[in-house]
This record gives sequence, C-alpha cells and structure tokens, in this order.
Amino acid sequence: MNSPQQNPGVGLVSAQSARFETPLSLRSGAVLNGYELVYETYGTLNADASNAILVCHALSGHHHVAGYTDPAAIEKTLGWWDNMIGPGRPIDTDRFFVVALNNLGGCHGSTGPKSINPATGKPWGSDFPLVAVIDWVQAQARLADLLGVYQWAVVMGGSLGGMQALRWSMTFPDRVRHALVIAAAPNLTAENIAFNDVARQAILTDPDFHAGHYYDHGVHPWRGLRLARMLGHITYLAEEQMAEKFGRKRRAGAESFGFDVEFEVESYLHYQGDKFADWFDANTYLLMTRALDYFDPARIAGGDLAAALAVAQAKFLVVAFSSDWRFSPARSREIVNALVKNRQSVAYAELESEHGHDSFLMEDPHYHAVVRAYMEQVTT
Amino acid sequence: MTTQTRTQNSTQDERSDFDLIASWIQAGETVLDLGCSDGSLLKRLQAERGARGWGIELDTDNVVAAISNGINVIQGNLEDGLAGFEDGAFDHVVLSRTLQTVRHTEYVLSEMMRVGREAVVSFPNFAYWKNRMAVMAGRMPVSEDLPYEWFDTPNLRFFTLLDFEALCARMRLVIRERQVLDEAGQQVTEEANFLGSLAVYRLRR
Repeated sequence: MNSPQQNPGVGLVSAQSARFETPLSLRSGAVLNGYELVYETYGTLNADASNAILVCHALSGHHHVAGYTDPAAIEKTLGWWDNMIGPGRPIDTDRFFVVALNNLGGCHGSTGPKSINPATGKPWGSDFPLVAVIDWVQAQARLADLLGVYQWAVVMGGSLGGMQALRWSMTFPDRVRHALVIAAAPNLTAENIAFNDVARQAILTDPDFHAGHYYDHGVHPWRGLRLARMLGHITYLAEEQMAEKFGRKRRAGAESFGFDVEFEVESYLHYQGDKFADWFDANTYLLMTRALDYFDPARIAGGDLAAALAVAQAKFLVVAFSSDWRFSPARSREIVNALVKNRQSVAYAELESEHGHDSFLMEDPHYHAVVRAYMEQVTT
Repeated sequence: MTTQTRTQNSTQDERSDFDLIASWIQAGETVLDLGCSDGSLLKRLQAERGARGWGIELDTDNVVAAISNGINVIQGNLEDGLAGFEDGAFDHVVLSRTLQTVRHTEYVLSEMMRVGREAVVSFPNFAYWKNRMAVMAGRMPVSEDLPYEWFDTPNLRFFTLLDFEALCARMRLVIRERQVLDEAGQQVTEEANFLGSLAVYRLRR
C-alpha cells in the first residue's frame, strides 16, 4: 500500500448526505417514500460534467472509499479502496470526479433497516423492504441527477459492486460510457447461494435476532453476524493463501485437547468475525446477500446474457483473479463472451493472484497496471 | 498454462505479414487476432481498414500494452480461449507467427475455422534454404523468422509449407490464398518451400 508519506491520496474527507423525497418503486413492489443517501466525492466535476466516476460497493462496503476521516488515525480510517483511488492512482482524482455512496439498505448512514421508519417512529428492522441491485442503480441515478451528472464516464465496482456496474450498463445504457466489472459474475451459482443461506441462517437463528427487530430489545444478533462473516471470509480467501499465511501454525505449542482458539487460522477468523459483528448491521447483511442471490440480469432474456447485454452502449473492462473461487474467472468469461457475441467493446484481464475473491481490494502491480492503462484511454 | 505467444520478430516494427493480412480485411469486417501481443495488428486494421477487432493474449504485460492501445484484448490461452465464442462469430481469425508454438495444432485450427468465416495463418518455414543449410552444417537454424536458440525457443512445432498443406488437405481446409515471403519481407513466387522464410495462408472450410 502507498504510505501516506509517499502519496497522500485524497487526504482528509468527510461524507455528505442527500435526502430524496420522490418515492422509489422497488423491484419487490414495495415503495420507499423518502430516503437518504450518504456519499463522498473526490476530485472536481468538470464544466461539462463528463469526468464523473461512480464507485459501487460490495457486500460490506460503504461510501468511504478513499482518503481518511481522522487525521489522528490515518491508517485506521483509510477508505476501503484507497490504494485504487487518489491523485496519480489508477483512478486518478486529478482527472476524475469520483462519487461513492452507501447503498440503500446499508448501515453506514444511508436509509436502511436501522433507520427510523416514519410510519412507526421505530427502526425499520425487518420491515425495511428488500432491495435489488436494480433498485440501488435507480437510487444511484437520482444521486447522479442531484450532482449534475447525466452520463458517468465510468461506473465501477468489485464483486457485488461489479454487478451494479453491469446493471447500470443495461438499465441506463446512455448514462454509462465505461463499465469496470471486477471480480464479479452475471449471477450467483448454487454454491454461492448456499454460502449466503448458511450466513443468513446463522443470523436468523440467533436468539438475539428477534425477527429482525432486535433494536427494540437493545441487542443485536452479534453471534450470528460473526458466524456469517467468518464463513464469508473463508470464501473470500484462497486455499493456498491460507496454507501460506496460517498453515497449521498454533499460537501455543502443544494441543490443549479443548476447543479454545489454538490454530492461527482460528484466531484470525475470530478476530475478523468479532470486528465485523461489532460494526455491521445484521439486517443489512441479510438484505445485501439476498440482493446478491436475486441478481440475474439475463433472467428476463430467458437466461441469454448476450441478449440482456445487447442494449448496453458502454465499453467494458472485465477483470477476474485466478484464485477467486467465489466469483471465478469462468464467470467473468461468461460476461466477456456475451459482449463479444454482441460485438461490443470489452477488454478482459484474468490476473494471477493468490488472494482469492479479496484480490480486487489488493494493490497488485499487474492489476493496477490494467486499470491504469484502461483509465488512460477514458476521455473526459 | 502453456507459453504460446506471438513470437517477436527481430527488429522489424511492422511485421511483413501484417501488410498482407491488412490487404485481406474489408471495412466493417470483424477480426479475432489470436496471440495479439500489444494489439498493433488490430490497431492497424481498425485505423486503416475500419475493421472491428478483438484479440486474445496470454501475457499480462502484453495485455496491459494492448489495453493502452485501446484494443479489445481478452486475456487467455488460445488453446482453450475460443470455446466461449459462437460459431462464425468473426469474419477473420488471425494466427500470426504463433501456430508453431501451439501444442494442439489441429484443435486450434479447427476452432479457428469454427469461430471464423476465414482463418489467416502465418508461420516460419522450416524448409527455408538457410534453415536447411544450418541443419546441413549440423546446427539448428536461427534466422529472421526463427529468431530463437533451440534451448529458449517458444516454438514447439517445426514444419514446412508442404507439411502445412498436407495437414490442410487432411483437415479438408481450403487454401484460398498463399503468400510466401523471404527474410526481407519480399514476396517469393518460385520454389516457395525453398526460398520462402515466412508463409501466410488464407483458409476456408
């Protein structure tokens, strides 16, 4: 990672908030009467608003993508994609105006399950409507309108964020010039959905879940959320990487013949689970995983992804990572093949990486070179 | 993964087979370039011929260079990278100076003929007289079109014009056109299998 001394990045940032009063009809049929979106921007929008980039977040992401929020704790408060975005970085904020938001249903300030439901005066909890990827895209489009951006130079994201970029290219074909679809897939496999199901079951069966209204009880399903994250985390890593990082290393020497943390990998997973369960909202986790399960843009075209993508006007950069078994390169190739079939513009990089699905967050020289090379071709 | 990649041709920036290939592409046609390297052929075909191009390339540095050239480059191994493409998806499928590095020769040729209306294949001629002389003198040839030593060559297959034409006959591929070049890139009209260093073929089913 660039140390703040070498390249300060975008520096100190703070979030903004926008309130939307026009009702939003959701894919589920529910209507959200009003909602708030929290977002950050970096760089400057140019006079003809042609240099705007939308960064879409994945399952546990949010609007704080680059820079830091606390000068006294720079490393701790760095955005989740800071290595990618900033002055002179692959997404160069000297050239581009970058927008990142917390999606609807999130737990970082945008309206979601832990927000107050105006109808009851209490947190929405499980009454918050399930949102689909297309609903996020609709909400993002309204944020674009508010910011004076009609056409994004780029819509980009990794994993679930990449799915949003894909969705944008189909829902608003004339509003996206380039879509960067990284470590994503055209839909989830049965195995993916199975992992999501186990994660949800961990939350749903936690006694502190209270049918999703745990806020009213002053608790949250910490144990379930922790388990969900631990499971998820395993699937974001790669076997070789885990073998290398932890192997069979133990914290103490001999076996304890008990069930306390003994292996390094246990210690790591517990730490990741604890940390996540402390700050994430379980209802948001349920909602986000369901949005992932439902995402399947080819469905309305009878499963024909090329037919679904035919409306897209964007040029595409698709990136996949060799060790990503959650969203494998073969799934990215489905997107690429569909685009080629339509004679659409696409570049595809299938990069060697040992970091599994999480590779898209890592600072890898080849990966960053690919994004940088592509972005240099993006005119503003 | 295999290491097949377009072999770099000595000092020539513009490779001699590119002129021929460019002359065979019509405006608006689609081209798939296998082992497209930094995409310079496709860039040229797009700029000069108004073609629409895609390329397949294995090497990451080349992929980055191709992206910088604004090319639709798809990173992958050409021995299994064509499986995802539809039958007849492209007007031309180009394999320039790469067939000799491919392990599954017949498979790649048949895949090219499946996804393309026409295949354009160029390769170094092992029976070029200088190569014959080198072998006669007891050494493996090193030349403009076979620029590697035996121990570092990416080439797996050493074959001649006659060998290739025999394979085409066996696979029932129709040779629509053949152009043969010497080391200087000049066209060879007589004794092609002896005087030709590089052969360029247009094939159809």
